[in-house]
Amino acid sequence: MAKKFELNEVEVWDGNMAAAHALRQAQVDIVAAYPITPSTPIVQNYSKFLADGYVDGEFIMVESEHSAMSGCVAASAAGVRAATATSSQGFALMVEVLYQASGMRLPIVLTVVNRALAAPLNVNGDHSDMYLGRDAGWINLCSYNPQEAYDLTLMAFKIGEDPNVRLPVMVHQDGFICSHTAQNVRPLQDEEAAEFVGEYKPVNTMLDVANPVTHGVQTEEDWHFEHKARQHHDLMNSFDTIKKVFNEFKERTGREYDLVYTYKMDDADVAIFALGTTVESARIAADQMREKGIKAGVVSLRVLRPFPFKEVAKALENVKAVAAMDRSAPGGTFGALFNEVSATMLAHGKSPVMLNYIYGLGGRDTTIDMLKEVYEDLDKCAKAGKAVVPLQQFLGLRGPKLSFY
Amino acid sequence: MAKDMKEIKKVEEINELGWNELIPGAALFSFTEPVEDVVEVPMEERPYAPTNSHEWQVGDWRVEKPVYNRDLCIDCQFCWVFCPDISILSRDKKMIGVIYEHCKGCGICVEVCPTNPKSLLMFPEHMDNNEALSMWPKKEEKK
Ligand code: SF4
Ligand code: SF4
Repeated sequence: MAKKFELNEVEVWDGNMAAAHALRQAQVDIVAAYPITPSTPIVQNYSKFLADGYVDGEFIMVESEHSAMSGCVAASAAGVRAATATSSQGFALMVEVLYQASGMRLPIVLTVVNRALAAPLNVNGDHSDMYLGRDAGWINLCSYNPQEAYDLTLMAFKIGEDPNVRLPVMVHQDGFICSHTAQNVRPLQDEEAAEFVGEYKPVNTMLDVANPVTHGVQTEEDWHFEHKARQHHDLMNSFDTIKKVFNEFKERTGREYDLVYTYKMDDADVAIFALGTTVESARIAADQMREKGIKAGVVSLRVLRPFPFKEVAKALENVKAVAAMDRSAPGGTFGALFNEVSATMLAHGKSPVMLNYIYGLGGRDTTIDMLKEVYEDLDKCAKAGKAVVPLQQFLGLRGPKLSFY
Repeated sequence: MAKDMKEIKKVEEINELGWNELIPGAALFSFTEPVEDVVEVPMEERPYAPTNSHEWQVGDWRVEKPVYNRDLCIDCQFCWVFCPDISILSRDKKMIGVIYEHCKGCGICVEVCPTNPKSLLMFPEHMDNNEALSMWPKKEEKK
């Protein structure tokens, strides 16, 4: 039996410590990990909890992130709860196995501390890794601060392991700005957290030797399409379970989560659509714009995958201009958020002016003033009823202004 | 809810399944019912599921086949131990022959056969086994 960890009603944790405690409280059976900045303290703290007797489980040290995720896949197929953490290059190395995990329908939890991808080498936060893995068939949950990193990590197990879902879940938090910034966090006590997450329910476990089962099979043109269709179907239908788990969590803690996050959107004319810690900065910028008489709001995704198409349309239905903020180098097109949000609005018969801002790459600070500039642009476009600034701009970049279209 | 693969009795039924009838994650069960202590249950008596490769012809890309010569075999079981595809059939330590549905034609069994001449030899896939046996080489003399 694992020892109980005495917790205060309010702890001062950074995002990494918050995620590590959530993994501990979920009593993960196998953590297979290869540390990488800035997510290292998650597995470091976890291994200390384990060494000190606060976890009944195994920590497997492996030689790469590819092996870390492979270890999780094997453990999960064998029939136990598995989780790990990574960032950036480590995430990139895991990508092959991310697709195995989702295709094999293994409810692994991956806490991702978002960081830039080289080159140039950079250890700081942006969303390049999140964008790299967004089509890997995982559920993607997004947090903006340590409290949410804790809450969503606990909920990730319950969502992914639900018999109607059985899919792996990533929980994203921003490198350093969330992962290394200590804030007040209100944790659940150990028993309460364990009760919330529940016992792991193995499905088609390889350890049931009387019922031998093969995982990770090969299918060609005969079956592959059907299996991928089933996987997509179940991912798209996981909204119900996600909402159910969010509700159960709210009943327990009073903390409310929704598929889409909105701030002051009831009467907003202009909106910033962003992910991660920028949401909190944008809220302050929106408040300051409102003092100047500009009706500004903020929208974000709590669930990046599956993409909450209807809820995004609803959140933005009355808005005149939207800035989709992408914190990942766009690689020769508009940012992914711009594309997805634009398509969502058009498909719902709405055509707000859509602008795309590439920002914060490699940990570049995104200040309240910069976000206010974005609102100023939006306000100009809203008043003109059309785009009067370039559609794609780089925010906070030194040198001559860089923009396209 | 997925149709349990174990309910499917015939191999042909599998190719008719829709996406909604597949086990999530493409997990494939070996048997249609639990088998305790499988090593004690002879192959013929195991309740193989239609998704088990045992039920499928998986040797069809073989270009050369091993042919077995009972007259020379000393039942040493080397071939049985070394075959990477469990395609050698042996009962009570007596070699019976090659399971052509599963044999891939790799030739490892021939390589490890210790008799002189060998009791397993590779022949073209389409040659009749009796014809192959009639062409069997003589004992190799020590030089
Ligand atoms: S040829 Fe290879 S696969 Fe076939 S029986 Fe011999 S060892 Fe087994
Ligand atoms: S290796 Fe050769 S001699 Fe030994 S059992 Fe097989 S066929 Fe017979």
